[in-house]
Amino acid sequence: MISISGLIGQLFAIALALALAPLLSGWVGMCRAWLQSRTAPPLWQPYYMLHKLFHKDVVLAEGASSLFRVAPFVMFGCMVLACAIVPSLSTDLPFAPAADALALVGVFGLARIFIALAAMDIGTSFGTLGGRREMLIGFLAEPALLMVIFTVAMIAQSTSVATIVETLAHRDFYIHPSLAFAGVAFTFVSLAENARVPVDNPATHLELTMIHEAMILEYSGRHLALIEWAASLKLYAYSCLGLAFFFPWGIAAGDSFPALLAAIPLLVLKLAIGGVLLAGIETINAKLRIFRAPEFLGTAFLLAVLGLLVRLLLETKL
Amino acid sequence: MDLFTLMLLIPLVSGALLTVVGERAWAPNLNIVASLGTFLAAALLTVEIVANGPRFAFGEQFFIDSLNVFFVALTAFVGLTTSIFSSPYMKNEREHGRLSAGRLRLYKSMYQLFMFTMLAALTTNNLGILWVAMEAATLTTVLLVSLYRTPASLEAAWKYFILCGVGIAQALFGTILLYFAAERVLGETGNALLWTHLVEVKGSLEPTIMALSFIFLLVGYGTKVGLAPLHNWLPDAHAEGPTPVSAVLSGLLLNVALYAILRCKVLADGAIHSDFAGNLMMGFGLFTLLVAAFFLSRQRDIKRMFAYSSIEHMGLITFAFGMGGAVANFAGLLHMTMHSLTKSAIFFAVGHATQKIGTQQMDDIRGLMRVNPLIGWGLMLGTLAILGMPPFGVFASEFMILTHAMKHHPWATPVLLLALGVAFAAIFGKVQPMVFGETEAKRLPHAPAITPVFLHLGIVLMLGLWIPPYLTHWFHEAARMLGTP
Amino acid sequence: MSSIPLSAQFINLFAAIILLLAFAMLAQRRVLQLIDLFALQGATLFLSTLTVALTTGQAHLYGSAALTLVLKAILLPWILHRLVRKLNIKGEVEPLINIPTTMLVGLVLVIIAFNVALPISQLAHTITRGTLGIALAVVMLAFLMMITRRKAITQVVGFLSMENGLFLAATSATYGMPMVVELGIALDVLVGAIILGVFFFQIRDQFDSLDIHHMEKLKDS
Repeated sequence: MISISGLIGQLFAIALALALAPLLSGWVGMCRAWLQSRTAPPLWQPYYMLHKLFHKDVVLAEGASSLFRVAPFVMFGCMVLACAIVPSLSTDLPFAPAADALALVGVFGLARIFIALAAMDIGTSFGTLGGRREMLIGFLAEPALLMVIFTVAMIAQSTSVATIVETLAHRDFYIHPSLAFAGVAFTFVSLAENARVPVDNPATHLELTMIHEAMILEYSGRHLALIEWAASLKLYAYSCLGLAFFFPWGIAAGDSFPALLAAIPLLVLKLAIGGVLLAGIETINAKLRIFRAPEFLGTAFLLAVLGLLVRLLLETKL
Repeated sequence: MDLFTLMLLIPLVSGALLTVVGERAWAPNLNIVASLGTFLAAALLTVEIVANGPRFAFGEQFFIDSLNVFFVALTAFVGLTTSIFSSPYMKNEREHGRLSAGRLRLYKSMYQLFMFTMLAALTTNNLGILWVAMEAATLTTVLLVSLYRTPASLEAAWKYFILCGVGIAQALFGTILLYFAAERVLGETGNALLWTHLVEVKGSLEPTIMALSFIFLLVGYGTKVGLAPLHNWLPDAHAEGPTPVSAVLSGLLLNVALYAILRCKVLADGAIHSDFAGNLMMGFGLFTLLVAAFFLSRQRDIKRMFAYSSIEHMGLITFAFGMGGAVANFAGLLHMTMHSLTKSAIFFAVGHATQKIGTQQMDDIRGLMRVNPLIGWGLMLGTLAILGMPPFGVFASEFMILTHAMKHHPWATPVLLLALGVAFAAIFGKVQPMVFGETEAKRLPHAPAITPVFLHLGIVLMLGLWIPPYLTHWFHEAARMLGTP
Repeated sequence: MSSIPLSAQFINLFAAIILLLAFAMLAQRRVLQLIDLFALQGATLFLSTLTVALTTGQAHLYGSAALTLVLKAILLPWILHRLVRKLNIKGEVEPLINIPTTMLVGLVLVIIAFNVALPISQLAHTITRGTLGIALAVVMLAFLMMITRRKAITQVVGFLSMENGLFLAATSATYGMPMVVELGIALDVLVGAIILGVFFFQIRDQFDSLDIHHMEKLKDS
């Protein structure tokens, strides 16, 4: 039986995710502006945008099917599920047994399929363009992500994210070259999946260079609000996943409310640092030509496989 | 001073000396005198070894035993005759404007240094130093292959460097594995790479590691022997370098590389307790033989053709050593000697012929008999010798190899006969019109040195008819040391 | 997992970095950065040998480490840099097959190398035996770099990187070869580099470029 405190804890974690995700996006935007010597938009800008969008009317094209209307909800639902599964505060919440890393990849994949189909639904050329590019990136990023997961799972002897966190957080200090490789590969993959520079510029509105933006051109009103929220939730989920794999210290082991509260400051701190680093990466790098994106992801795949091989060769007892 | 030290010091010192004084008029004579000195030291050393048995030098780092003693003498001898040949040859090249004085200086000093590395490789007891000497041998000859600075010669030298470099890297890995296996038995002293120690404990070396090590060593040193499919550098290097360089490459370097493989084979056989090493060598040898025989028929350049002939013969010799056993080893050693002498004689004759006629394309060379009967006869006889016609010595060794193959490995006999037959037809068919026919070539400024050609051929002829007892004894000793399968 | 001591962890880390650098060299497009990566690889090799020397107390390994540092991290990159400047080599490397395919082939080679090295590693008793597979992988990657590049200078860097891999193999399987052999090998490498330098000038004088495919004319006719 699921305990009441566990259920409350789980709901609390989900609510925290919903609340913090736009804040994370806002923070990254602020850091980018600072690094580029621009005046920064306020930290709460994403909230203002969501508020504005929810109060606007939805404008649908004539040929839009039911898929078009359903897709934002599916995407939002998937991202909420992902955020619920990834242990951001604790490893012992009721959803934890379902937190299999491979299932997580499947959830992300589901969201991607729906949004790509919705992009092609209207029949405009930009939607199709964006959908095709998104699938290209996803097709190349998923194997890399899987390899990263395999590497980490080999160390922890399980693909359950909760188990991974517990194993990695509570061992002696040990240099794992394989984790270093996997970490770098994971960073590459996150940049690609979250539509960040150097793969895609989230602030661009030049049609020929858009990937993510091109897919959501037709959306308006609350649909657009849900999609934007889902995008920031995706960034939140990936960040928490990265923290869980590579910096798991501080995640609570129980599901009591005080333990969860104690884990919040450390989580916020880690996310803030991650946001600054992300802004730094985006500022230093230029956006790649779309034809170089496969190379970028190929490098990620390569690093991940190298991490796996190094793990097998160097770190296991022969 | 001890003969051994003298024999190694002379080429080293004269090589250094020639870097400085190589442009003087008397430099070619210095080259010949140095080679003569090396040969005399080697000959006296041989006499001493034959009388007293194997001995060490420099502690245990160098030694001479029944396997390398006559190779040492052979190397020094071919070095001497080649230096005699190259003196007027290079002078002619200078007169024709194809070489400058500075390049001749480079040539002479590198020549002596090359002799040094060859002798060091033959006499070292330390398998690591063997590797160093083999690599040094490549390095000294790379610049010699590109001596003419034509695009073709640069390409040949580049291929030579890269291919042999890659090959020698494999050999280094094989040596490392060998050291690894040796260390487990002999301990971590510096003696673990000494062949004399290794041969005593070869039965207890780890078989898997030795097998892997032998593969790398065969591939690595085999590149320098010219085994297919790693032989690509050989025809180019022979065709584009100056003729004396072709002569020493064919006559000496290939032999020393094969000698290195043989030393390792003894260890590998002792450790693996099966025919693995021998079978591997047989396979490579046969493959090389076939590849060379068929490529031979397509050649238009005379030096390239004879280079492929070298590859063919080295394949045959590798096959013989792969078969193993007293008779096959004996035949292999005999063939190595015969081939070295005959091939260098051929290259001497070819060098003079091409210098007179002015081209290396066989279609344009005609009527050598009329140009200079001595060159014509030299080439003709040399070709007959290398093709295995009796009474030349090559016939004896080829016959022994064939009969041994027929008895023990009958499946290989048709392949052998086919390859030898194709090569015979190709070479004879090409040389015959070159020697006989009409021509209008002029006299050369410096009279060619014909003596080395006939000296070599004379020895080959004599050995075909009668082998002196000490030589037979040596061959048997060496064959016995190489072990029976 | 604390059964592997800290020093071995560091050695493994250095070995992993060397492998990563080998791949980075394979993916690199610019000649000057390629030479810098090679220098970095030499420096990591030095650190690795030094760690082994400190842990096992083998005196001759200190000498080997010093030799590696001077030769491979300082002298050879300096010679190569001078060559590049004097010969005015332009920036780009030209691969024969595109870079992602090269990387995939490289991965396959790494897997093969690990498989070949496994039986040997199991027999070794050194502290660094896991790195033999990595050493063989570096050798094979360097070999791949040599055969899939057009520019002569990248073939040279590949050749030298192969030497690095072999040195790592020697150190990991057997705590290094006897000193006299290592000195001989170092001498060979140095002389080889010098000869190559001379050679490059000859090639450039003749062809006005250091592109290899000018040198593919010799054929069997």
